[in-house]
Amino acid sequence: MTTARAKKIAEKAASSIFFALGMVTVGFVLVISVYLLIAGLPAIGSIGWIPFLFGSSWTPAADNPSFGIFPFLLTSLIGTAGAVLIGVPVGLLCAAYLARFAPKSVRKIAMTLINVLAGIPSVVFGLVGMLVLLPAIAKLFHLADGASLFAAMVVLAVMILPSIIKVSVNAIDAVPKEYEEASLALGAHPVETCFRITLPAAKSGIAAAVVLGVGRAIGEAMAVMMVAGNAPNMPSLFGSVRFLTTAVASEMSYAASGTMHRQALFSIALILFLFIMLINAGLNYFLKGRKEAGA
Amino acid sequence: MRIAFAFIAAALLAGCSVQASGPASSSVSTDGSTSMEKVIGCLKEAYEADNPRTTITFNPTGSGSGITAAAEGRCDLGLSSRPLQKKEADQGLEEVTIAYDGIVLIVHPDNPVSDLDLETIRKMFTGELDNWSQAGGKPSPIVLCGREAGSGTRSGFEEATGTKNACRLRRELTSSGDIIASVMTNPNAIGYVSAASVKEGVKVLRVEGVLPTDESIADGSYKIRRDFNVVKKADQPLSDSAQKFFDYITSPRASLAIESAGVLPAVRKESL
Repeated sequence: MTTARAKKIAEKAASSIFFALGMVTVGFVLVISVYLLIAGLPAIGSIGWIPFLFGSSWTPAADNPSFGIFPFLLTSLIGTAGAVLIGVPVGLLCAAYLARFAPKSVRKIAMTLINVLAGIPSVVFGLVGMLVLLPAIAKLFHLADGASLFAAMVVLAVMILPSIIKVSVNAIDAVPKEYEEASLALGAHPVETCFRITLPAAKSGIAAAVVLGVGRAIGEAMAVMMVAGNAPNMPSLFGSVRFLTTAVASEMSYAASGTMHRQALFSIALILFLFIMLINAGLNYFLKGRKEAGA
Repeated sequence: MRIAFAFIAAALLAGCSVQASGPASSSVSTDGSTSMEKVIGCLKEAYEADNPRTTITFNPTGSGSGITAAAEGRCDLGLSSRPLQKKEADQGLEEVTIAYDGIVLIVHPDNPVSDLDLETIRKMFTGELDNWSQAGGKPSPIVLCGREAGSGTRSGFEEATGTKNACRLRRELTSSGDIIASVMTNPNAIGYVSAASVKEGVKVLRVEGVLPTDESIADGSYKIRRDFNVVKKADQPLSDSAQKFFDYITSPRASLAIESAGVLPAVRKESL
């Protein structure tokens, strides 16, 4: 009787602890969202949604300042798309090789190295990009300067590789062997089997990898800040551009508190936050929705 | 009221060879330029180590707000990284320069250009000149590297060269280190950094024929510099603790602390 009761109490205690811990996470999300809304809305209110979102001139410290973030929005969108466009094919093929074709020893070493790549801090990516990649791009494309949208795409693509590869390898590993055996038994080539059977079967996992990559690329600030040039221009592949993240990060340290400049930076953060949620929701819906329709 | 008592108590304590027992303490409030944050921080640290009863506070609001606060008596000392404008001086304010920050132009070591005048610099940074051949160099495009909006080095540079809010930077970076790294790796680049942060690997330009050195920055023959000023009311005496702190920061005793903030003290140790 008593043991049953003690068990019940322990059960209840455990469940309330788990509940509390779960709520902590929810609480963080709420606090951050509410804070961003409170800090970010006033500036948008006084600038106006349309001039803020679609204005193309950003001169926060001028006597007659203007706060238009359209170039940053476009840059973030195009930069992320470019990074995914470069990163996903490379990552996916790498994952297919590691999961299905590579000898065990190669796979072991490669996975270790990919984990190391995942652990490299973003500032190191930025530094190497600045000192190695930028001069190389300038030389290769005969540019005056290598700091550009293209450089940022390359750096971001490398940064999202580890998560894409790891998640995709797991997804491919989870594909039942029978599918492939059946395909091979019907006379399909191993490569054919991989592209026609294995990858489609691992689709939802691969979609998750892409979403993860997009999330990482669009939220990255430090590495991008060091290679993109940061001039508030409209995006062009070899021009100096500024991302939403770097717009917030680069000016926050000096923008005096209480000024419109600082408030507008919070507004950018709010827009970035909404932007990321929107993209993630869209990707989830699009990729998962398609999968369910296909299945 | 309480603060006034504290000031009196502090003054009394200071007067009678410090019995080191009373809980009396005082504070000196400063308000102003965000670019002086580091200098005032170093001065605060050094001063409070010697005067544990005094607390120095700093409110980073900007040069203009700091001057206004000093004029309205909302702080003991205003901090300003630009000279007083006439209207402000007319309010009965006076300024004392405690430090200079020379802003140095750097280029890649392979760049043959070694001297620019202010007019060329202005034209270069506003985009009127966009090729090094127009400034005595090889025919290649000029890549402008500078700091982000709000940076003190940026406003100091733009103020001194007359390019306020008109710079067409190709690379906008957030630290001197990043500017130096950019210039080091791009033969077309030119950038500006605070004199204290220049490192090996880049070429420092003369401006109007003058190389930036401690001497040329201090005597003003090197043109691109900004002054770090302390502003106070000319006709009203400071509180005792504020006066003591003011005496300290305008004396050679403070030069080490000022140097540790990476700027050039206006009163040098040698002149002691």
